[in-house]
Amino acid sequence: MRDIALKMLLGDRAKYIGLIFGVTFATLLMAQQVSIFTGIMSRTANAITSVREAEVWVMDPRVRYVDEVEPMRPVELSHVRSVAGVEWAVPYFKGLATVRLPDGMTQQVQLIGVDDVSLVGLCTDMIAGQRDVVRDPQSAVVDRNGFLFVWPKGDFANAKPLELNDNRLTVRGVCNTQPTFLTFPILYVTYDAAMEMTPPQRNKLPFILVKGRPGQSPEALAKRITEQTGLQALTTSQFQWRSINYYLERTGIPINFGITIMLGAIIGAAITAQTFYIFVVENLKQFAAMKAVGVTNGQLLRIVLTQAGLVGVIGYGLGIGFTALFFFVTKEAPALQGFRLYGEIMAGTAVAIAVIILASILFSLGKVFRLDPAVVFRG
Amino acid sequence: MHAVSFRNIAKDFPIGDDRIRVLHGCSADIEMGQMTMLVGPSGCGKTTLISILSGILTASEGEVAVLGQSLTKLKDHQKVVLRRERIGFIFQQYNLLPALTAAENAAMPLVAAGMKLPEAAEKARAILDGIGMQGQGDKLPRQLSGGQQQRVAIARALVHNPGLIVCDEPTAALDAATGRAVMGILRDIANDPGRAVLVVTHDNRIYNFADRILEMSDGRLIGDFAPDAFHRE
Repeated sequence: MRDIALKMLLGDRAKYIGLIFGVTFATLLMAQQVSIFTGIMSRTANAITSVREAEVWVMDPRVRYVDEVEPMRPVELSHVRSVAGVEWAVPYFKGLATVRLPDGMTQQVQLIGVDDVSLVGLCTDMIAGQRDVVRDPQSAVVDRNGFLFVWPKGDFANAKPLELNDNRLTVRGVCNTQPTFLTFPILYVTYDAAMEMTPPQRNKLPFILVKGRPGQSPEALAKRITEQTGLQALTTSQFQWRSINYYLERTGIPINFGITIMLGAIIGAAITAQTFYIFVVENLKQFAAMKAVGVTNGQLLRIVLTQAGLVGVIGYGLGIGFTALFFFVTKEAPALQGFRLYGEIMAGTAVAIAVIILASILFSLGKVFRLDPAVVFRG
Repeated sequence: MHAVSFRNIAKDFPIGDDRIRVLHGCSADIEMGQMTMLVGPSGCGKTTLISILSGILTASEGEVAVLGQSLTKLKDHQKVVLRRERIGFIFQQYNLLPALTAAENAAMPLVAAGMKLPEAAEKARAILDGIGMQGQGDKLPRQLSGGQQQRVAIARALVHNPGLIVCDEPTAALDAATGRAVMGILRDIANDPGRAVLVVTHDNRIYNFADRILEMSDGRLIGDFAPDAFHRE
């Protein structure tokens, strides 16, 4: 029966291609849009996950996500360091600033100030220069995408002069880092340099990065810091999800992507269901003849499931293939850098496609099962 | 043993809240080694009667036995097995699967019974060869004439060696010459003493192929004739 099922399906090439197109389209739209959505949401937390040395982030209790800065008193650093179980705690500046280029143009940047001694928080994957150039108070490291945005020719090895709030600054290093939700170039200096170059204000300490002693659970340490200092202390994972959830709750991004994904599923399902239905209806007389000569409903079910299975596997494979090709081709594009087709997305899409196909054939199968074989005698 | 024996067959169909009776007390025996024709005007109940006799429809009243097996006592799935193993069908519109070759179409009952398609198609090819379709087994239905397609349908009806062949207007879609050729094949099949051929038709050009003619009108069997007697009548 499997051979007959496949011959019936492949014999009607136009409908076969139509069915595969429907499944491919639905797969592509769902997998690609979910991947982009996941990539964008990951970017909202990349500023957190890229600081790999820290286990706990300490901040003002009012902070809801990583790009929101509520400065703390400098003395809070000492308070945190005094909590039992803290191996080290360092200041971490994060804020927006405007730099002036030699041609007089200005550019907004994300200014990161890392601990002068440990350089915790500074990107590690250098593609030009050394990390410790930032110890020079007039030197900076910039991320690769930011560098190319400002200096598109990409001559990474040549130092680039800047001016930040009337302070001379020279870019002497370029590093790869995970792109963040804000697309401004990321400029790394030391914490002290950041304090010098940013406008004076009473408090300027946005974050404290903490590492626990060996054997110390980050969750327990974060809880203890909160209890003893009154500050908000979150593990990297907790802060990551707090930031992602903020964007999920407070922006239209998830709704927008959700609608696109749903439309993809609905259109794909509609194309697949309609084509499958027409395919079955046009073969109804043949199905009736098969029933008349002794083919059982179970055998017809296997025929339809085989046809649907083949269409599903090919359509899903093509859809996933096109999605992977899309991300392969665009992997160097800054707008899509770091976006990936994860295995979980492939698995989720496979389940969704299986549901779409099963729902599609349910309509058709009902007709086949209820089919009275006597219709073959009705001319 | 009669090939088919039926007594007092009645059939009702629901129409809205009412029921309409389309067959009234039909009784007859169909003999082995004979071609029996069921004739009558359109709408007289011929199709309904052969659907009941072949286990596709269930009679509202009466008793039917096919090849010694009472249909009244059979469950639906047992009727499917009976059709698959002991009855061959030839339809007016051939009802061949367009994507399958002639041999694969003819092999359908064997495949339904669990045989692998290549093996079943080989067996069907031999049947096709025997009814003048040598070398046509690999052609698709669209590459065959109407007469050739009907021969494929005949091969499909014969491939599992059934005791009863039910034909519904087998010549209705064929020209006179092709129709006679097809009936010649069916006539030869009916000469087998272990087989009965039941033909529903209102094509009076082929009545002379029959051994016996049952006439129907308004849901009733009104006559049982030899062909000559039927012509005189």
